Amino acid sequence: MSDAHAYPHEPTGVETRKLGFWIFLSTEILFFGTLITTFLIFKGRDFPGIKLTDVYDIPFTSVSSFVLLMSSLTMVLAHNALETDDQEKTRVWLLATAMLGAVFLAGQIYEFTEFYHKGFELSTNIFSSTFYVLTGFHGLHVFVGVVLLLALWGVGQRQRGLSLNEGMNLEFIALYWHFVDIVWIVLFTVVYLI
Amino acid sequence: MTKIIEPKKQRNIFSRPSSETGVWSWITTVDHKRIGIMYGYAAFFFLLVGGLEALLLRIQLSQPDNNFLSAAEYNAMFTMHGTTMIFLAIMPISAAFFNYLLPLQIGARDVAFPRLNALSFWIFVAGGLFLYSTFLFGTAGAPEGGYLDEEVSRLASAPNGGWFGYQPNAGLRYSPGTAMDYWAIGLQILGIASLVSAFNFITTILNMRTKGMRLMRMPVFTWMTFAVSFLLAFSLPIIAIALFFVTFDRQFGTTFFLTEGGGDPVLWQHLFWLFGHPEVYILILPAFGIVSEVLPTFSRKPLFGYPAIVFAGFGIAFIGFGVWAHHMFASAISPVAQAGFGLSTMIIAVPTGVKIFNWLGTIWGGKLTLNTPMLFALGFIGMFVIGGLSGVTHSVVPADTQQTDTYYIVAHFHYVLFGGALFGIFSGLYFWFPKVWGRMYNETMGKIHFWLMLIGFNVTFGPMHWLGLQGQVRRTWVYAEETNLGFWNLIVTIGAFILAVAILVFMANWIYSRRKGEKAPFDPWDARTIEWSIPSPTPVWNFSKAPEIKSLDDFWHQKYGEDEDGRAVRREGTDELLLKLEEEGLNPDEEIHLPSPSYFPLILAFGLPFLGYAVIYKSIPLALIGVILLLIGGFGWGTEPLEEEFETSEETPDAKESSTYE
Repeated sequence: MSDAHAYPHEPTGVETRKLGFWIFLSTEILFFGTLITTFLIFKGRDFPGIKLTDVYDIPFTSVSSFVLLMSSLTMVLAHNALETDDQEKTRVWLLATAMLGAVFLAGQIYEFTEFYHKGFELSTNIFSSTFYVLTGFHGLHVFVGVVLLLALWGVGQRQRGLSLNEGMNLEFIALYWHFVDIVWIVLFTVVYLI
Repeated sequence: MTKIIEPKKQRNIFSRPSSETGVWSWITTVDHKRIGIMYGYAAFFFLLVGGLEALLLRIQLSQPDNNFLSAAEYNAMFTMHGTTMIFLAIMPISAAFFNYLLPLQIGARDVAFPRLNALSFWIFVAGGLFLYSTFLFGTAGAPEGGYLDEEVSRLASAPNGGWFGYQPNAGLRYSPGTAMDYWAIGLQILGIASLVSAFNFITTILNMRTKGMRLMRMPVFTWMTFAVSFLLAFSLPIIAIALFFVTFDRQFGTTFFLTEGGGDPVLWQHLFWLFGHPEVYILILPAFGIVSEVLPTFSRKPLFGYPAIVFAGFGIAFIGFGVWAHHMFASAISPVAQAGFGLSTMIIAVPTGVKIFNWLGTIWGGKLTLNTPMLFALGFIGMFVIGGLSGVTHSVVPADTQQTDTYYIVAHFHYVLFGGALFGIFSGLYFWFPKVWGRMYNETMGKIHFWLMLIGFNVTFGPMHWLGLQGQVRRTWVYAEETNLGFWNLIVTIGAFILAVAILVFMANWIYSRRKGEKAPFDPWDARTIEWSIPSPTPVWNFSKAPEIKSLDDFWHQKYGEDEDGRAVRREGTDELLLKLEEEGLNPDEEIHLPSPSYFPLILAFGLPFLGYAVIYKSIPLALIGVILLLIGGFGWGTEPLEEEFETSEETPDAKESSTYE
């Protein structure tokens, strides 16, 4: 790169910021790991009141999960477009990813409201508490991802467009986005299907 | 290719030290050395506060049936003493060492992410202030039928559920009021600071090493920083989630840890100690690293068994995740779990023992220089062995259940955390004093400090062993005269005041030597690692030229060869080499670009306490202030261009070419 200080570095061969980002993601695993463990511990216990199985709608959640998974595809398409320096397409796919993420979030908000009206509230029982904190924590991650994608889309409006070697760039946000998707696959399985 | 994030405001550093001074240059700094120094002072301030709290506790316990503090005040004081010492004193002082030394030891200009580094520091400051603001705004109400019938003083309006915050005692029913919320959210904020610094240090060690600095050539202190960073990165998320649960329980009516709602108080203990035990190693491993630098230097021998020490460090870090339930032998865990955790506790003593024997091997037959850092390092070994041995006794479950919650435990962990961690830290403070300030500390005062501290320490914590075995209970504000515990408690209190005097001597020495100390010679200790191959105090650019490392203890091998019997012989021309190094270190041939200051980390960091207050007081305006600060900080940070174009200045007309380094 242009203004390269020849000061030697990166003995691992992985770009420094990407390495830092991977380490960040590895701690995210522990955040979700702790939450999922707590969920599984409480799942097997007796608790009074309404259960998730009484209120949930598997087809609905399956569809919104599908939407989230598709957003990973559009994310990859954005990345590919940027690799060939097709700014127009990159922006389109970025926006598509953000929109799909937003649809998933909207689905989650709808679902939460629905559950709430059916009497499955945050403090109904230990199961509902864990459910809301766990899926809500994931929802917060999706929200942050959508904000990042929109910010990136906004930056892409500039004259210079986006580039793969600059800034908190597309590649990191893509890593983050895929991570959040993978976590949802686990959550959907553990919380809804098992 | 460099990935140092460089902000908008430019500042080019030319071939002479920058004269930038003043408060703002410190507040906006992203220089790892300045951040390290600020970490050190902030942490020392909290160390004094925590020490003051300990003195209040000791005055209360100096005689039976005392009423110097009320029960409520006593609870607040021991909670804040523990929380302060662990999260606001020892951890950040270690962070000060990491910040200052890590780039120097691996031959780098700065850490991998200088602005993130500033962010860690400011989040730590914000978290500390948030936690302590409980004395101004917090309330500790009376539990139903509880002890609090008198009016609650400000002193008692601090968190009072212990640094471990056991549930349900720290829950809303038994700890009403907002004080424990300050505790939970304060720790959450401080955790973010440590997490961010952990990413930063891991990346720095992996990716910022200079040419030839292979992993197995890194100084042991760097290795221990590496281990601690992994411990932080993998243990803090656990406590973060557990603290989320606590905050939900207290604020939003969930029952994660409350049996009446189907929750599980023992789950809190598991989550807490799953973090809490690695935390113990987070506190002690930096001291291991420091001592492993000091002992070889003043024994004039290489560190005995370098790979063994490194692997033992990682062994401790790894096994450290598998011993947490030995804190819970008195809770309802199964006999199988008790046996298992008892065993793993015994096993973790093995790598620790390996280290101790390696240190002994290092000083064995060496030419010892008994100056202050060396005395503290030797004191560290002695005190840590005592604390380590009483630690192993806790792996014997039947004995441990007798000792649980007695002063025997208090004695044990003060021997490892004070006699261990803090002695190591003092050793490091004296050892690197010339490096940081370019002046020598006063040796006589240093020795007085050491002896006062060693005596005061043992007088304070030694008798606690037998007080504990006689059955004196922790966290209890009075004891009856008939228990005959009065005599030794008085001795302990006297010891605590000797420690206070020792700290005063240290401060006097520090203040005096900072201004009036002798000018430090280049390489004052005839040291081994490359941070001593540059001038003191360290120039802003650290290394004027990227060093190339050819062996472990590279600087030593530049100065010394071996004769036929393997004895170290000073090479000819070493004096000239040192003069040359000093000359070169002060006058780099080329223009050096350093990351420029930024105030966005500060803004971002101070958004967090507002979010904390917003949760406690359910206030939308406060939340908005917090979010706005976060947005300004984040947006400003994100829009600072990364590949800044350096303007060619008049002094160096061809700066474009010379900006390429090497």
